[in-house]
Formats: sequence, structure tokens, C-alpha cells
Amino acid sequence: MATAVGTVGHTHEESTVWKWLTTVDHKKIGVLYLVTGFAFFLIGGIEAVLIRTQLAVPNGTVLDAGLYNQLFTMHALTMIFLAIMPMGAAFFNYFIPLHIGARDVAFPRLNALSYWVLLSGGLILTSSFLFGEAPDGGWFAYAPLTDETFSPNKGLDFYTVGLVVAGLASLMSSLNFAVTIINMRAPGMTMMRLPVYMWMTFVVAFLLILSLPVITVALLQLYFDRNFGTHFFTPGTGGDPILWQHLFWVFGHPEVYVLILPSMGIVSEVLPVMSRKPLFGYTAIVMAGAAIGVLGFGVWSHHMYTTGLGTVPQYVFSASTMAIGVPTGVKVFNWLGTMYGGNIRMTTATYYSIGFIALFTIGGISGVMHASPPVDGQHQDSYFIVAHIHYVLFGGAIMGIFSGLFYWFPKMTGRLLDETWGKIGFWFLFVGMNLTFFPMHFLGLAGMPRRIYTYDADLGWDTWNFVATIGVYILVVGILLFMLNVFMTLRKPATAGDDPWGGATLEWATSSPPPEHNFDVVPVVRDRDPLWYNRDHNIPMPERPAHLHIHMPPPSYFPLVLGIGILLIGVGALSSLAITALGVVVAYYAVWGWALEPTE
Amino acid sequence: MFSGAVVGVLSYLLYLAFADSANTPQSTWMPMSDNTDNIHAVYQVVFYLAAAVFILILFLTLLFTLMFREREGAVAQQFHGNSKLEVLLVGVPVLIVVAMMVPSFKAIAQNTADPPKGALEVVAIGHQWWFEFQYPEFGITTANELHVPAGRAVSVTLKSNDVIHSFWVPQLVGKVDMVPGHTNHLWFTPDTARDEAYLAQCAEFCGASHANMRFRVFVDTEAKFSDWTKATAADAAKPASELAKAGEQQFTASGCIGCHTVKGNPLAQGKAGPNLTHIGSRTTIASGILPNSAEPMHKWLANPPAVKPGSKMPNLALTEEQIQKLTAYLESLK
Repeated sequence: MATAVGTVGHTHEESTVWKWLTTVDHKKIGVLYLVTGFAFFLIGGIEAVLIRTQLAVPNGTVLDAGLYNQLFTMHALTMIFLAIMPMGAAFFNYFIPLHIGARDVAFPRLNALSYWVLLSGGLILTSSFLFGEAPDGGWFAYAPLTDETFSPNKGLDFYTVGLVVAGLASLMSSLNFAVTIINMRAPGMTMMRLPVYMWMTFVVAFLLILSLPVITVALLQLYFDRNFGTHFFTPGTGGDPILWQHLFWVFGHPEVYVLILPSMGIVSEVLPVMSRKPLFGYTAIVMAGAAIGVLGFGVWSHHMYTTGLGTVPQYVFSASTMAIGVPTGVKVFNWLGTMYGGNIRMTTATYYSIGFIALFTIGGISGVMHASPPVDGQHQDSYFIVAHIHYVLFGGAIMGIFSGLFYWFPKMTGRLLDETWGKIGFWFLFVGMNLTFFPMHFLGLAGMPRRIYTYDADLGWDTWNFVATIGVYILVVGILLFMLNVFMTLRKPATAGDDPWGGATLEWATSSPPPEHNFDVVPVVRDRDPLWYNRDHNIPMPERPAHLHIHMPPPSYFPLVLGIGILLIGVGALSSLAITALGVVVAYYAVWGWALEPTE
Repeated sequence: MFSGAVVGVLSYLLYLAFADSANTPQSTWMPMSDNTDNIHAVYQVVFYLAAAVFILILFLTLLFTLMFREREGAVAQQFHGNSKLEVLLVGVPVLIVVAMMVPSFKAIAQNTADPPKGALEVVAIGHQWWFEFQYPEFGITTANELHVPAGRAVSVTLKSNDVIHSFWVPQLVGKVDMVPGHTNHLWFTPDTARDEAYLAQCAEFCGASHANMRFRVFVDTEAKFSDWTKATAADAAKPASELAKAGEQQFTASGCIGCHTVKGNPLAQGKAGPNLTHIGSRTTIASGILPNSAEPMHKWLANPPAVKPGSKMPNLALTEEQIQKLTAYLESLK
């Protein structure tokens, strides 16, 4: 994917690198997010392959306990915070302005800063491997296992600092996206004419704005507990480990919807276009997304049924959790309704979208199963839960992202990915994914706890563990085929045209890839599916004016400098006060330059 | 019809795989107590509803894909939805979740109710990485092997000495966490006595050797349990053989007494490690990961952290002779 950077941009010039470093163009930033997210997806994938290789046979000897615990912790952190979220943010960046008919996001330099800060967070977290001290307390980092008594090495400090920094990036971009969607819509683009993908983006932005402060506070408290002798989460001195769990899951559950809602949005774009008919039940699907967002804040304790909550909280949280099944069910019905009566083009993007419906449904249903606290007494922390989250995050989020990649690749590069190889890759991913994760239901049922680096031969877990490991190798082939497809496609001429799919939304009304200013003339929106409306009513595309007097924000290196300042502050928090001080100086310089920078 | 056949065959294979997994030693689908009976009653409702929804959605997805895929001369029908149908369809997931909620609430009430009067009191304490079991009624402290009588409720008070662990015996009781600074409770009534132990292991990630933190529950007849309590409450047997006597001295000399209690040995009063008073009568060692016999004991004493990564019991660099003495002593503690 690394080559994509040079190819997607302009012709090769000496200043290409500098252009990317100083860009404030939402499309370039989107590509940066995508390449970065995919790179971390590969790192997380390697971690997963190692984990599965260790578990292929009983009493595996590939990894020792310490390394295994680091790998499963980092696999979750990498996939959630550095792969799926950034790949979601990549599409947000690239397509929010294009979908709503704007020239850029509301705060272009802040947008660039978000990317550099995210990269800093990712580097801090991942660099822990270089010191042999990666976080090993699980992505949930339950106290008091994670305090300095039980985890004396630096691993959990990499965790707290890395996540605070990465969270800062998400907070900034969420505010940016929310402001952009509220304020910068093209004439006629009312809220109820927003593409569903934009609605899901909007909901995700608010989920992050509301939940990230909670985890940030909790992470700082954990950092203080570990480094400054406070006792927020340590028992025996007035602290409470259960407090950490509440704070973590008040963030952690909405986070699940942060990961899945963008893919629900992508599927809601791809299916109507490929079925050649409008989305079934637009209002219902939008309201269901919003309902999932709101309810998502009221269910966090279902991660804590086994902590001794008591009777009444179990009633309350099981009821609220099951209630989320209702809007989710509505969405599935509406996607099926969209397919019904269509004339569906079976493109690779369609394959992935239909794969999403089937696989996400499995994850959704198993989620409703352990919404029941008595059932959860058997499921909690067993492989059944591992199966469940991977059906939601791989079967859901990743399938949706791949659907989006195939759907939008021609818009982003002017080139259509190879369909034949795309479909072959799909089948590898689909079969590999199911072979890896479906047997985990059986393992959970057979009482296999998660997060164990080894298991005995006499427990009846051998067969399905072996099958799951075979599955992950098949999955890897699918990923490699996709990368090869991207690589080969980028070497071909850009012949996709502006609108290869007959799309309904505004991004298909401009060139592929779009010019820096997106639209020569800001489009006027007359319907929920603006391009189809124009097509059906013979409304021509506006003429390109002879002279384009479009003011775009100039490039700036201050976001990068401020990003470096924040990186140094983070590194200082892990090493010495001097580096933090240097980081503050750099950040201050950047803020100074940023504030005084001429915008003409 | 093709899609129907595919779904049908797939469902049957799934049923076989699930049924097969239910028949494993640590299965969550083999209820052997009132607690797990309550869970299983809900589980069946939830499982079959979930399976029905899964099969229905999979069938419709396949069917619509095959029916409406691109074909010659077809034109997509242009409609934006169907309000009546949509509102009606909201009712379907509502009905499903209500059908799951009602039995769930019933089981919550049953399993979080106070234990019946006359229940056997047990205190279970989680340690990195082993389980301590105390029977206040009999003055017994033991580790990693819990004995309970059939037909009598067992009320377990859950505590932790360090980090969060979780107490889970899939066939006897759904899991409840052992949280430091908190006291949790659970109770269950085992159905019938059996010789084979119920397998169990820690279900909350608790550090390096989380995978090696297992325990066993023995459900005995009333008489057998009574014998066990008498034997276990008694002082440790005096070592008989010369080798075992030498082992008793070695137990002191190597500092084992600092962490382990052996009732009847006035020097051995340590509390950090498992109580070894009747270690010779247990079926397993090292929190259930090794069978209890001379060879595994030898392996364990030679280098505990190699067997159980992170083990708080250090490698004492014992000589071959010292290990043999200690093994003889420990095996004599019936």
C-alpha cells in the first residue's frame, strides 16, 4: 500500500513528500489515514496470525505466556484504535465534503493535525514492542492487574499515553466532522437529504465527542496511579477497581458502535446503487442509527454482569441491551428491503455488502444472546464472546470497509479494482473468516476461556482450534490478494470515469480523483438521491465556468509541527520531563505560527 | 430452492457441531445443579430463537441475492419503502427480545436470590494463580480442589487477594468475579454425587499464568463428604519413611514454611501459598495443571516458573536429592 501514496497524488515531483507533509486537503488526509490504517491492519493481522499459530495445537510452544499476553492485548488495541477507526476516518475525511457538496472540512488544518496526532499515538503504542514491553493487561486493562504492583514494567504506560494521544486525534476530528456536516452542506441538502453514510458519520462523531472524555480521564487516573502514587483504582486505600470498569465501558461500549456504524453507512450507500433502486426506509434506517447511538450509552454494564452488580442492575442493563437489538433488526430488514425488487449488479462491493449483512447478523444475534445475564454467566470471557466480537468487527466493520474500498477506489484513484481478483479475494476472506471465527462458538460452548495462551489436550478443544488456525491462513491469502489487486490496479491507466457505478450521491458528479476544490460549481441538491433526481428530470450538470476563482486553504506545516510537539510530550510522559518540556516548546511554537499564519 | 437446501444442510451440520461441543468435559451445556438448570432454561429459549433468526436472515439474504441479481431485461422497482410494513417489522425484533427477556428476568431472580438456610458456607479466595477454599464450619483451609456434598446448597463467598479473578464451574455455576476490596456471593446445589471431578478454571484475565489457574469441584455423597471433612480438618500425617522425614526437615531448610502451612507442623505457618496439610490427598498440583504424583511433583519443584510462568513460587535451585526428599514428604501428607 505504501506505493499508493505517490501514485494517488500528483505527478512525481521533488516536492511530493513535502506536499503530503503539509497538506490540508481532506482527500490527501483521507488517503494518509487509509494507508496508515491499512498498515496497522497488517500489523494487527500479523499479531493475530501469531496468536492463532500458538493455539493451533494443545500446549503450543510457539509463544511464551508473556509474549502471548502482549500480542492479544496489542492485537485488540491495534485493530480497534489504529486500523478500523483510522480506516473509518479515512472515508469520513475523503467523503464528507464530497457527499455534502463542500470544498473541504470546516477546519482543514485541524484535520491535518488530527492525522499527525493519530500517527503519533500509533507510533507510541506500537514502539512498545521495540522495548520488549508492550502492554499485556488486555485492551480493557482491568485494575488492579494494571497498577504498578502487578504490572511494574512500562507496558501499561505505553497504553495510557498512546491511547490518550490517539484519543485526542479522534476528538479533534469528530468535532471537525460534526461542525462540517452541520454547517457546510450544499444548497438544498437538508438533514433528511443527507446520505445515510453521512448520518452514520454524524452519529459516530457525537459518540466519540461524548465518550472519549470519559476514557481520557480514566486513562490519566490510571497513569497517575502508576506514576504518582494515587489510588483511584487500587483497593485497600479507598480506590475501587470496579470504578475503572465503569469508566472504561462507558467509553468502550459506544466505541463498538463507533467501529460498526460507519460500515452500516457504507452498506447503506453501496446496496441501493448496486440494486439500482432507492434505499428502503431511509427515515427508519437513519433513526435506527441514531437510536443505536443513544442506547449505546445505556448498556455499558452488560460487560460487567459477572462483577457482582446485583439483581436490579442486571434487569436494567439486560433490558437496555436487548432493546438495541430492535433498531439493529430494523436496519437488517431495510437492507434486505433494498435488495428486494432490485436488479442487483454483483460487483465485488456488492459481495462485501451482502457478506456484511449475513455475518453482522450472526454477531448481532449472538450479542443479543449474552445480553441475558444468566447466559452471560456462561459466555462472559469465553471464546463465544471472541466469536461474537469478531463477527461484529470483522464480519461487520471490516467487510463494510472492504465494500467501501471497492466502491470508492475508482473515485479516489480513477481506477477500478479488478473485479475477478476482487471476487476471488472476497471468497478467501469470507471462507477464511468463517472458518476462523465460527468454531469459536463451539469452543466457548465447550467452556474454553479467552485470553489463555495454552490449553490441555483432554478438554475437547483441539479440533476446532486447529480449524480456526487453518481459517486464519486462508484469510491471510485473501488480504494478500487484495493488496496485489491494489498494486496492479495502480499501475494501470486511470480509465474509471467520473461515475462508474451510476451513483446517486454527489461525489459521483465530479472527476475521479476529484480536483482539490472538489466541485467546479457547488451543486444544488433537490432530492435525497440528487444525481438520480437530476438524471430522471433531465437536469444537466452545471457548466464549468470559464474562470474558477476558488479560494482553497494553503498548505501548512504547523499541523505537523504541533503533531511532533504532542508526540514529544507523549514520549516525555514515558521517559523524562525534559522531553515533555521540549514538546511543550515545540507545540507552543506551532500554535504561535498557526495563529499568525496568513490564510491567503 | 437451492438456497433453501444450502441453509438446510448448513443448519444440520451446525446442529451436529453444537451438539458435539456440548459433550466435552468443561461444557457449558451440561447443567448439573439448580443454578445451571436455571441458566440452561433461559439458554435454550435464547439459543433456539437466535438460531431461528440466523437461519431466517441467512435464507432471505441468499434468496434475495439469487432472485434479484442482475438479469437480462430486468428493471429495478423504484420504491422508497413501505411505512406499514416497516412499522410491522419493528414488532418482530421487539417480540423476539421480549421472549428472551422474560425467562432471563426469572433466572436472574433465581440465581441472585439469597441462598437457602442451612447452606454449606465456603469462602473462595483468588490468588495469582491458584484458588484458596476455606470451610469456616469445619476449620478447613485447602486449595484448588473444592469438595461439596450433593443435594445441599453451597454458598460461596468470593474474595481476591490480589487482582480480579473469576469463579466459574461451567456445569455447576455461572461465573461471578472475585474482586479485591469487594465481597461477592454465589450459590448452587449440585444434583448428584459422582467420582469424576467437575473441571473449572479462572475466567477473568489475571496476568501471566491466567491460563494455568484451574480448579476442580468434587461432588460427594453426604457420607463421603463427611469423611473428607474429618480427614481434612485433622493435622497432617507424620512422615513415616526416612526419606519423608528428611523431607520434612528440608521443607524447613529450603524456606517452604515461609509461604505454606502444614497443620501439625508448628514451623510451617506461611499463608502466601496454598495450604499443603493434605496435599498428598489431592488429585492435582500447581492449581490443577499437573497430576499429583512423584514425577510431576519433581518437575514442579525443580523449576516452578518453567511450569507456570510468573509463578510466585521461585526456582529454589534445589538439588536432585533435596527434590526427592521434598517429594517424599509432600506425597506423605495424606
